[in-house]
Amino acid sequence: MDFLGVLNSTIGFVLDPVTFAFSLAALGLALHFGFAGLLNMGMAAFMALGAYGYAIGILTFGLPWYLAALLGPLAAVIFAIILGVPTLRLRGDYLAIVTIAAAEIMRLLFLTTTFGPVTGSADGLSGHNSATFWAANPIAEGQYDFGPFRGTELDWWVRLVGFGILCVAVVVVWLLVNSPWGRVLKGIREDEDALRSLGKNVFAFKMQALIIGGILGSLGGLVLAMGQNVNPNQYVTSITFYIWTALLLGGAATVFGPLAGSIIFWTIQAFIGLLMPALASEGLLFGLSSIQAAQIKFILVGLALVLIVVFRPQGIFGNKKELTFVK
Amino acid sequence: MSSNPASPTPVKSTGMHVGTIRAGVAKKDPILIADGVRRQFGGLVAVDVEHVEIPRNAITALIGPNGAGKTTFFNLLTGFDQPNEGKWSFNGKSLAGVSAYKVARMGLIRTFQLTKALSLLSVMDNMKLGSPDQKGEKLWASFFPVLWKKKEIEIETQALNLLKRFNLDTKQSEYAASLSGGQRKLLEMARALMSKPELVMLDEPMAGVNPALTQSLLEHILNLKSAGMTVLFVEHDMHMVRHIADWVIVMAEGKVVAEGPPGEVMKNPAVIDAYLGSHQEIDLGTITGRISIPKSGKEK
Ligand SMILES: Nc1ncnc2c1ncn2[C@@H]1O[C@H](COP(=O)(O)OP(=O)(O)O)[C@@H](O)[C@H]1O
Ligand SMILES: [Mg+2]
Repeated sequence: MDFLGVLNSTIGFVLDPVTFAFSLAALGLALHFGFAGLLNMGMAAFMALGAYGYAIGILTFGLPWYLAALLGPLAAVIFAIILGVPTLRLRGDYLAIVTIAAAEIMRLLFLTTTFGPVTGSADGLSGHNSATFWAANPIAEGQYDFGPFRGTELDWWVRLVGFGILCVAVVVVWLLVNSPWGRVLKGIREDEDALRSLGKNVFAFKMQALIIGGILGSLGGLVLAMGQNVNPNQYVTSITFYIWTALLLGGAATVFGPLAGSIIFWTIQAFIGLLMPALASEGLLFGLSSIQAAQIKFILVGLALVLIVVFRPQGIFGNKKELTFVK
Repeated sequence: MSSNPASPTPVKSTGMHVGTIRAGVAKKDPILIADGVRRQFGGLVAVDVEHVEIPRNAITALIGPNGAGKTTFFNLLTGFDQPNEGKWSFNGKSLAGVSAYKVARMGLIRTFQLTKALSLLSVMDNMKLGSPDQKGEKLWASFFPVLWKKKEIEIETQALNLLKRFNLDTKQSEYAASLSGGQRKLLEMARALMSKPELVMLDEPMAGVNPALTQSLLEHILNLKSAGMTVLFVEHDMHMVRHIADWVIVMAEGKVVAEGPPGEVMKNPAVIDAYLGSHQEIDLGTITGRISIPKSGKEK
């Protein structure tokens, strides 16, 4: 078995656009849950809006990639308002219920054949990147390898844009949560009524947080769509739970926790996903086939989530006293 | 224990009412007026206040047995609950339908019976949230620290002064969760004062505060009055009420049954009845133990 090869490929995932996409979505969820206490269980839908907005903008409306990239965040704003208006005045659990349902509805809308010509239905969308995004690539053609990080000029272009968006997002969120605005948000997380009694318009703050976190989620979807085809099967509920896992792993009420959590989660997942089939093909996994072995990673992800919540509820970077998950 | 809160006897405001003293009597300068405020929970009428006026720049105690509707009345007045009917106004402005945060911005700040310290925020952050005019709380402004850093320093100084007065300055960087129950009450009160409110409504501010702190808390309340504020507070301990209150309003079963200066109101048969008569069967907690029942006609 080529263990070094597995390790090498695993490290390569650190700079995978998917890692950046997860990081962006986890950052959005950190703002929602870690700072504002909003239980958003529909991050997949925000990501789908980012991805589809981008692809549809290019393929259907013929927009240049940078304008198409704005469609998803715009849709995310509208989606957040639709979700927030009826639920943000109610108890926290209502938002959880509504978001999980709305995310499913959203996925089914992208899946249904009714809008097939625009959404591509079950086949999803492809060819959006070659139309305009790749043409804008300033990197000269060729293969560029730096240790475990390999790729063509197109791979590096996606990484560059994805990393750029992530950096801007981190700075924005850092400024936000370290401002008086962020302090109000944390106050709302602790006790809404106390903040009302101090004259804060709780609803407006929660709505702002929902919108900004939603935009970050859509940017995650956008980065995902820049690196690959868009498919409705990517934006299922389990992706929401992956993001939750990454967030809790890193620490919900932090800015760098979600990033570290996403990198760790995604690389470990990739590692297991590569290792298990490799072990199976060596016959080391009690006769499981490679395909069966690849599924083990989902079991391990679930197990990891349980272990985090039990043994380190504040996450890797979270403050021990700030146990936001157990409250 | 708390029978004799020492220190100089506070100067009582008198002559605030118009005409004979009775439940619902008009005041010369009311800051808050409630008219026909009624709140029903299913079949239970929790609050049914015909008319009540709170005198300005005075300390008014709202007393009454458990379940009398005091907390519900507080919630109604501050926009945390909506009555089935009724009108109420603050400084002549109607508060009906005004949401809680707007009521607070008008200068009417309340605290809660079940203390609402923001546990996972530092004591200092708790205090800073009490400030009403930090521009940096606006989303767009939060990106530009130059717009709010100066204000932040002002707020911090103000907060530190208040914390010192409440003996919490050494705790400023700790999580509020690490404070004792009594300290949280103090923090909540100090936080409420950050906005320099006109009317402070305190729901059982002394409950759970240890006797050593009670004394300083009483002084704080008296200081609020000297600083020109109006205080309305719920309290069960009659000695404290007598010590600091200028005026006492008694509620029972949702209604205002009596009003008056603290010395006199306790002699009112309606009050004795409210506490002992119809409620003998329910647990009055420490009330019966602490209250000096003027049955014998003479006051201690
Ligand atoms: N949200 C509610 N739902 C139903 N009943 C309530 C509610 N809040 C208060 N009550 C009832 O209203 C009455 C008055 O309660 P409360 O205002 O808390 O009394 P107090 O503060 O004077 O002890 C009590 O009988 C209480 O059970
Ligand atoms: Mg009460």
